[in-house]
Amino acid sequence: MTETAIAPPAPPADAVPDPGRSWGRRVVRLATQRRAAVVGLVLLTTIVAIALAAPLLAPLGGEHQVGPPFGAPSAAHPLGLSDQGVDMVAAMIWATRVSLLVGFSAALISVLVGGVVGIAAGYFGGWVDLVLTLVTDYFIVIPALPLLIVISAVWGASLLHVVLIIGLLIWTTTARVVRAQVTTLRERTFVRRARALGAGRMHVIVRHVLPHVAPLLVANAVLAVASAIFAETALSFLGLGDPTQASLGRLIEQAYDRAAVSAGAWWAILTPGAAVALIVLSASLIGLALEESLNPRQSHVPFLFRLVPPRRTPAARTRRGRP
Amino acid sequence: MTRGEYVLRRAAFALATIGIALAVNFFIFRAAPGNPTSLLALKPSSSPAYRQSLLHEYGLDRSLLRQFGDYVSQLAHGQLGVSTNNHVLVIQNLKTQLVNTLPMVALGTIVAIVLGTIVGLLLAWARGTAFESGGVTASLIAYSLPTQWIGIVLIILFAGTLPAGGMHDQLLLDASFADRAADLLRHMLLPSLTLGLTVFAQYALIVRSAMLDVLGEDYMLLARAKGNRPRRLLVRHGLRTALPPIVSLTALQIGAIAGGAVLVELVFSWPGVGRGIAQAVGQRDYPMLQGAFLLLTVSVVLCNFVADLLAVRIDPRVAQ
Repeated sequence: MTETAIAPPAPPADAVPDPGRSWGRRVVRLATQRRAAVVGLVLLTTIVAIALAAPLLAPLGGEHQVGPPFGAPSAAHPLGLSDQGVDMVAAMIWATRVSLLVGFSAALISVLVGGVVGIAAGYFGGWVDLVLTLVTDYFIVIPALPLLIVISAVWGASLLHVVLIIGLLIWTTTARVVRAQVTTLRERTFVRRARALGAGRMHVIVRHVLPHVAPLLVANAVLAVASAIFAETALSFLGLGDPTQASLGRLIEQAYDRAAVSAGAWWAILTPGAAVALIVLSASLIGLALEESLNPRQSHVPFLFRLVPPRRTPAARTRRGRP
Repeated sequence: MTRGEYVLRRAAFALATIGIALAVNFFIFRAAPGNPTSLLALKPSSSPAYRQSLLHEYGLDRSLLRQFGDYVSQLAHGQLGVSTNNHVLVIQNLKTQLVNTLPMVALGTIVAIVLGTIVGLLLAWARGTAFESGGVTASLIAYSLPTQWIGIVLIILFAGTLPAGGMHDQLLLDASFADRAADLLRHMLLPSLTLGLTVFAQYALIVRSAMLDVLGEDYMLLARAKGNRPRRLLVRHGLRTALPPIVSLTALQIGAIAGGAVLVELVFSWPGVGRGIAQAVGQRDYPMLQGAFLLLTVSVVLCNFVADLLAVRIDPRVAQ
């Protein structure tokens, strides 16, 4: 068994004194370094492209009846028909659009909130840090899905509510990681130098702290897309999704509700679930690999696990000759 | 910070969290449009004066703050209200549901944690091999699959061999205790397996990553040089040092397990707390929803507190 190449050590955050405008390129470089991330990137790009091209690929829309309910897969409809006789391929392409929309908007909200909370807590320290950390810890401890259920049950189901609720509940990991990063950044020479030269808080945060944290924010945003889509699927299954917008989660729920299982129409229920899994998987692959490269020894990586082994110490390298 | 201080601090945080949860739990539902008499307005026989008297009777015409005070004091007496669905005390409903939920969730979670630890250890040990990349990919895929979807797939796969819903065989009358236990276990298998699969995948990855950090340490090399067998090396020297992060990460998973239980119980018609929540949502049974949510929150917070205690017991340095 040959040793797979040890992933080239990610440049520690200290290697780049002030990334300034180049952070975007850094993200791209990191994302293309890891095989897992490249696989995820290709998958996700393909899915997004298909979703964007929905009007071209499925011009009839996601609700156009073409045959009997739960029609079996055929040459014309390779994935069969849904409970309403809609071609599953068309239904899924349009549903992917809704799911991705929810995923990306909720991720945006969560990264905005998490970023602001994390930077404020890390940069200002003191009681600001104390209060914000308490709030973050509270949201980490609270069981998210039940809270999601309760809030959306009370607020009523609409796409906007779903996005807002999910976004406002999943920002905690971002806040934690960013805070940890900013607390160390604050004491770095170039930040101290900027402050000594008379730079205001906002200037330091925007010009010096933000570019350093930005790649981390991107990594967390991608991970948030995965959790948001996952959460939306769960909410939809409980009948709390937007009834007018068919997401992938809603396709699963509808097929399940209309007894696709007893009807033996596996195609109506298994394919949307597989699509959700594919999106979540590809986003997780990208996010985890990015996160990993940026924070090789961070103890609280979001999603609670690491994809890539930490850099080897010489001692570990000799461990090879195992039985 | 001494260990005592640390424990006190965590206890204070747990109490504060429960307090905030109480308030959130109360005010979220008051923010919902309408009140319990809104539907009555549709009945021609109900005069506004009658509705007003009803509101007065239930204390709903008082200020929000007063109502919150009432809520807390009722809670202190163990009163969670009456379910508007089956007109049984919420606390009574919750008791029955909790008794149903606990064995199913416990079976799935415990088996998943034990297997997850073993697989996680093996994955870390086999770093760089095909077994590892295969295992990690499989765990990631299992992690990405929606819980309800796994349940549905299992129902389809085991159709005819294992019961797909409910807790008991309705036709099993006059059965001995052993027969009934076996029946319950058969019904429990699929829901536990569904919940277990998601927990297992996460757990294997958590243990693997915690172990990878430890395996690179010099003392592991020394332990190896001393001639320790792989199992002793991994468990005695590796796992023990990797335990604190594993414990705290597990605690964070408890909320996710609670969420997973809701979906699993819904798919398998398991009459537990999770399904209670889903049904309460469907029927806008707010007292029930409120009670169940409170129960979940309090248990998750308590579990986290216990995990904090465990972590500091395993590794006193956590307190610093």
